Amino acid sequence: MDQKQFEDIVEKQNPKTPMFTNMLKAFLVGGIICTIGQLIIFFYIRFFSFTERTAANPTAATLVFIAMLLTGFGYYKKISQFAGAGSAVPITGFGNSVVSAAIEHKTEGYVLGVGGNMFKLAGSVIVFGVLSAFFVALIKTILVKIGVVSW
Amino acid sequence: MVKANGTIQFTEKPSISSTGVTVGPMEKDSPFASAFDEILLVEKEKNESYEEANTRFIEKACAITVKKGHEKMENIDVFIGGDLINQLSPTNFAARKLNIPYLGVFSACASSVESLIIGSLLLESGKASSILAGASSHHPAVERQFRYPLEYGAQKPKTAQWTVTAAGFALLQKQVKNAPIITHGTIGRVVDGKQTNPFHMGAAMAPAARDTIERHLTNTNSKMSDFDVIMTGDLGKIGLNILKDMFTDEDCHVILQDAGAQFYGEDTFFNAGASGAGCSAAVFLSHIYNQLQNGTFKRVLLVATGALLSPLTFQQGETIPCIAHAIECRMEKRN
Repeated sequence: MDQKQFEDIVEKQNPKTPMFTNMLKAFLVGGIICTIGQLIIFFYIRFFSFTERTAANPTAATLVFIAMLLTGFGYYKKISQFAGAGSAVPITGFGNSVVSAAIEHKTEGYVLGVGGNMFKLAGSVIVFGVLSAFFVALIKTILVKIGVVSW
Repeated sequence: MVKANGTIQFTEKPSISSTGVTVGPMEKDSPFASAFDEILLVEKEKNESYEEANTRFIEKACAITVKKGHEKMENIDVFIGGDLINQLSPTNFAARKLNIPYLGVFSACASSVESLIIGSLLLESGKASSILAGASSHHPAVERQFRYPLEYGAQKPKTAQWTVTAAGFALLQKQVKNAPIITHGTIGRVVDGKQTNPFHMGAAMAPAARDTIERHLTNTNSKMSDFDVIMTGDLGKIGLNILKDMFTDEDCHVILQDAGAQFYGEDTFFNAGASGAGCSAAVFLSHIYNQLQNGTFKRVLLVATGALLSPLTFQQGETIPCIAHAIECRMEKRN
């Protein structure tokens, strides 16, 4: 049996990925998480002295905190199995990746285990997040300088 | 005695005197559960790491095996074992406690049968008379090493398999009455089907399984229908179908079975089924062993399949090479 025949068999037996339902689920769960985030923003503006601009920071922290609790109690992975990208892309997914790695490496000690591995998965999010933020800021600065847009 | 192409005929009748299988909490609903010797209800005890828990599963399975074989640990000549953790730490640490001469083996999930082949060879050579051989895997310990942290939310595809928490060991002795004997062993070749998806091990391992089965049948001059069952270790539901499609023999649909595909029944939570060195070890040394002992099966071929990847080689863009080792077991008439 040659490679081509084998690959045809694999192709034939592979279950189809239900793209449409997966995207629908991701859209719904991702949307729900963002709606909760929006409600938290309203909450901070209404009850504390935050503005629309400054409320984003405590909101992100609150969402990460909620994700942390859900991860610790073992619910986040269940949500993720259903939602896929819907729960991985929002900031709660970032929180989940940090907390799950921290829990996992507790047996190797707090410094080398938890500290050293916490950003094992989230590290690339931070690196490329900072990098893309830099370029976006650069582009906007140029656009402002030449007078296309204003701050 | 070594025939060309890796099949070894054992003439001294190495027998499986007794077996011991311990499994974890997720395995208690397995269709094979009644055949397991001990079901431990937690993956790990408090203040224990997952790796330490893996060691404990091995120690328990070994103790059960030796006890059921009416032997004493100090009478065992060699302990042969493997698992999936880096440097075989769990098995090494179990060997530290067992305190008997030890050989650690690694063929990923095919380590179970590899250790049985080496054990049979040692008996055959006459240099040893009692061998303790087997393998284990531990779901959380394996998952964190090969994939993501346990609580990390990554969606698993339908082709993914669930590493079982189990340890299975066998006591091998020469010419024991009323015990299944190992008549042949076929040593696997590393076969690469050029698969790269670590969430579809069944597809990667199927070509290795086919190679070993085919060589075994040719070398022993037999055909599929001569066997009651040819059982692979952990191809999973999809991998088993791929393997069946690779054979033209019509008998394959009945005779080819897979321990991983059956391990968790039809529960879709486990996607394509079970995997791990403990999967083949647990099923071969409990359910299949019992069927041989009570005479339901007379002749079986047990093919443990192993995917020889590491998180490192996978990230470096390597394909997943695989291996499959096989042993043929028979039950002679009771006398």
